[in-house]
Amino acid sequence: MQKAMFRVWKGQGEQAGFKDYHTEVGDGMVVLDAIHQIQAESEPTLACRWNCKAGKCGSCSAEVNGKPRLMCMTRLDTLDLSMPVIIEPMKSFPHMKDLVTDVSWNYEVKKRIKPFRPRKPDAPDGTWRIQQSDVDRVQEFRKCIECFLCQNVCHVLRDHHKHDEFAGPRHFVYTAALEMHPLDTEDRTAYLKDEEGLGYCNITKCCTKVCPEHITITDNAIIPLKERVVDEFYDPLTKLFRMFKPKH
Amino acid sequence: MSDYQTHEHDVLVIGAGGAGLRAAIEASASGVSVGLVCKSLLGKAHTVMAEGGMAAAMGNVDDRDNWKVHFSDTMRGGQYLNNWVMAEIHAKEAPERVRELEKWGALFDRTKDGRILQRNFGGHRYPRLAHVGDRTGLEMIRTLQDYGIHQGITVYMEHTTTALLKDGERVVGAFGYDRERGRFRVFKAKSIVLATGGIGRAYKITSNSWEYTGDGQALAYYAGADLMDMEFIQFHPTGMVWPPSVRGILVTEGVRGEGGRLLNNKGERFMFNDIPDLYKNQVAKDAEEGWRYVEGDKSANRPPELLTRDHVARCINREVKAGRGSPHGGVYLDIAWIKEKVSSAQDRIKKKLPSMYHQFKELAGVDITTEPMEVGPTTHYVMGGVRVDGLTQMSNVPGLFAAGEVAAGLHGANRLGGNSLSDLLVFGKRAGQYAAEFAKKYGSGSIDEDQVKVAAKKALEPFDRPNGENPYIVQHALQEMMQDKVGIVRTEADMAAALDGLAVLKKRAAGVGIDGNREYNPGWHTALDLDNLLICSEAATRSAIDRRESRGGHFRDDHSEKKKEFSEHNTVIRRAPDGGMQLRREAIPPLRDDLKQVIEENK
Ligand SMILES: Cc1cc2nc3c(=O)[nH]c(=O)nc-3n(C[C@H](O)[C@H](O)[C@H](O)COP(=O)(O)OP(=O)(O)OC[C@H]3O[C@@H](n4cnc5c(N)ncnc54)[C@H](O)[C@@H]3O)c2cc1C
Ligand code: SF4
Ligand code: SF4
Ligand code: FES
Repeated sequence: MQKAMFRVWKGQGEQAGFKDYHTEVGDGMVVLDAIHQIQAESEPTLACRWNCKAGKCGSCSAEVNGKPRLMCMTRLDTLDLSMPVIIEPMKSFPHMKDLVTDVSWNYEVKKRIKPFRPRKPDAPDGTWRIQQSDVDRVQEFRKCIECFLCQNVCHVLRDHHKHDEFAGPRHFVYTAALEMHPLDTEDRTAYLKDEEGLGYCNITKCCTKVCPEHITITDNAIIPLKERVVDEFYDPLTKLFRMFKPKH
Repeated sequence: MSDYQTHEHDVLVIGAGGAGLRAAIEASASGVSVGLVCKSLLGKAHTVMAEGGMAAAMGNVDDRDNWKVHFSDTMRGGQYLNNWVMAEIHAKEAPERVRELEKWGALFDRTKDGRILQRNFGGHRYPRLAHVGDRTGLEMIRTLQDYGIHQGITVYMEHTTTALLKDGERVVGAFGYDRERGRFRVFKAKSIVLATGGIGRAYKITSNSWEYTGDGQALAYYAGADLMDMEFIQFHPTGMVWPPSVRGILVTEGVRGEGGRLLNNKGERFMFNDIPDLYKNQVAKDAEEGWRYVEGDKSANRPPELLTRDHVARCINREVKAGRGSPHGGVYLDIAWIKEKVSSAQDRIKKKLPSMYHQFKELAGVDITTEPMEVGPTTHYVMGGVRVDGLTQMSNVPGLFAAGEVAAGLHGANRLGGNSLSDLLVFGKRAGQYAAEFAKKYGSGSIDEDQVKVAAKKALEPFDRPNGENPYIVQHALQEMMQDKVGIVRTEADMAAALDGLAVLKKRAAGVGIDGNREYNPGWHTALDLDNLLICSEAATRSAIDRRESRGGHFRDDHSEKKKEFSEHNTVIRRAPDGGMQLRREAIPPLRDDLKQVIEENK
């Protein structure tokens, strides 16, 4: 069997750095398999997150040869194995150890977004009638596996560290899923503008490119949300209307 | 070093999959303070991986469906070893639990008139599974998570519990550590809900993640709780078999629900060759009728691919053993053939089974809209687990509740697909409710420092042996052995050898060592999981030896028939005062007359 070299970010804090490991590469192996093999053969302490090994849980996010990827869905036969395979943790979150980062910030941001609030049930038995086409429209956003790879590449977070003012693409997808939910009655537009910092996004589309669920984050979530903000706050007619609208 | 931090709650829920989240939400709604502990990040539990759907007799697609049919299907599927109290509650309450998810924001696929769509699944008489394409579990866990984070529950992500703490008879807390830093924690609570899932990592070929090391079963066992039905392990008929690195990853039964057929290397649809008596009246006579069933023709019976999992898995096993398998030791699962029947087959497959399409394309380089998949059985689910009271989900240890896969009872000898997700909701809710009641009624107990010290010492032992054996090697050895000796087809001789093997592995586990520190150290975590895996493996093996018949998920080559004398009891395991494993047969209470009649009417 072929052997390959894996250059993995290892350690904590100041002491962290690349360490090289050699291991055998079998048919159909993915990067996560190589990490597991290294754990079992030579480095039991090597830390990484994973659960499903099938691209469904969004745990195993990392940067493979500089590209943000799910390790479980990155096949070794798509990489150049004559060179070391470089595996690093995501860069936009505080490093914990080896390939593990502290992603708790994402959970805090989500908690602050106003939750789902359905309209009154359509039928006397307390159920709703929804058309499949309305379901299909938001299904794309609900596919999100919270891998946070989009958060990882977004320059507003990665380079400008606006974690306090900017919710990031994942949470725009989340907000879009709520706002476009056929039953939802909540209004999050002001929050999007003022607290989620939607205005910082300058539509570079980097987030869309890395999404393993192929969610068209920018075109389908962010741009329609931006339009809502514009309609509500900057459109003169709406503004006028708002002035006369009774407060509730 | 047994420094630790204490957190106090009325109810502690261990596990944040569907069952744990639902329990926490319910407990919190009844006004008590709730702590929720899980090994992974929130939203990553096993539940996220569920694909096909959740079973609830809503009758949206076929109005002949109702709780009675669902109850009868569940009992037949479980070969009547089920806790029928649970089977009845489950069938009656599942529809309400599904609708509640919708109220909290879940979006299921729809019928033409806008109601929740339901699909066919093995062993369910009518289309019954509410679903979202083939990512129902994601929809479910995300809905519970996004609702749950606003209910005032304190969540401890990436924390592992390694022991339950008792005050006399009752549980009063749990001991564990945070994975990030390895600091010890004591969770003090008035009652505890275990919702830790299954034991699939005891096997080499499995659809289960690293989390499934049987922690909850072992925690309960050490606390004096009964484990029941541990011989019943579900081998799902269709796991991926190639390439080797994806072996075991699940291929949803939804593929067969949408018309997928199983073929051997002769192109023969072998499932038609062996129809069990229990299902003689419910299976299509030919491929044509099977297809009409898939297309919703109410006068048609199901294709044999949609028989129960235990049966389908054994049929596949037999084909492979007889040399009629696919090149990599599986059989063919073909959904592409539906293009003979419908013009837009490719779109339909991608729409109905998007993640299967994606999974095969990316991991195996197979396009399921044009080629067949290679599949074979994979360890999937444990029907057995903590023995609980059917109404309240409390175990025989006061204050200790269990729900979801970690609990036993609902599924008997074999679980029907889709009955797990509904199980999580129905019994998660009940466990939360009764745990809260218990907490209110009995107040707090006190934590015994000595127990904490013992737990802390045990947790640190692997560090005392820096030159000990690598824990991963021992884990792999266990997985190989269980796969080989206590797998789909079992014999007395193999299982006796397995018991000897387990004794050796126990010694090896006691000698594993690790280096490094306590901070996010997977070697350490793996070392600590070993004991749990060993307890569950031993319980499964002993129970399987005692059941000298074949039934549901338990098949014995040396006793290949179902036997009357084994039809009226469950196998129960308890820890003896001397620390050994004790087995007893527990008679199943006689079925209530009205339920007997329900079963009769639905034969
Ligand atoms: C690939 C796949 C597909 C499936 N598809 C379906 C389907 O379509 N329909 C269906 O009905 N069923 C399906 N199942 C089965 C079903 O998904 C599981 O049985 C169910 O999700 C288990 O839920 P749970 O809440 O009991 O446990 P889980 O969701 O597994 O959650 C267990 C929780 O316990 C925590 N935990 C475990 N040990 C500890 C510990 N020591 N300390 C702290 N926390 C701990 C874990 O971190 C986790 O949060 C499928 C299973 C798999 C693997
Ligand atoms: S499109 Fe917007 S959200 Fe996405 S990466 Fe670019 S700036 Fe960030
Ligand atoms: S939107 Fe895509 S990239 Fe971002 S967290 Fe969700 S799945 Fe990951
Ligand atoms: S392990 Fe679940 S996405 Fe990679």
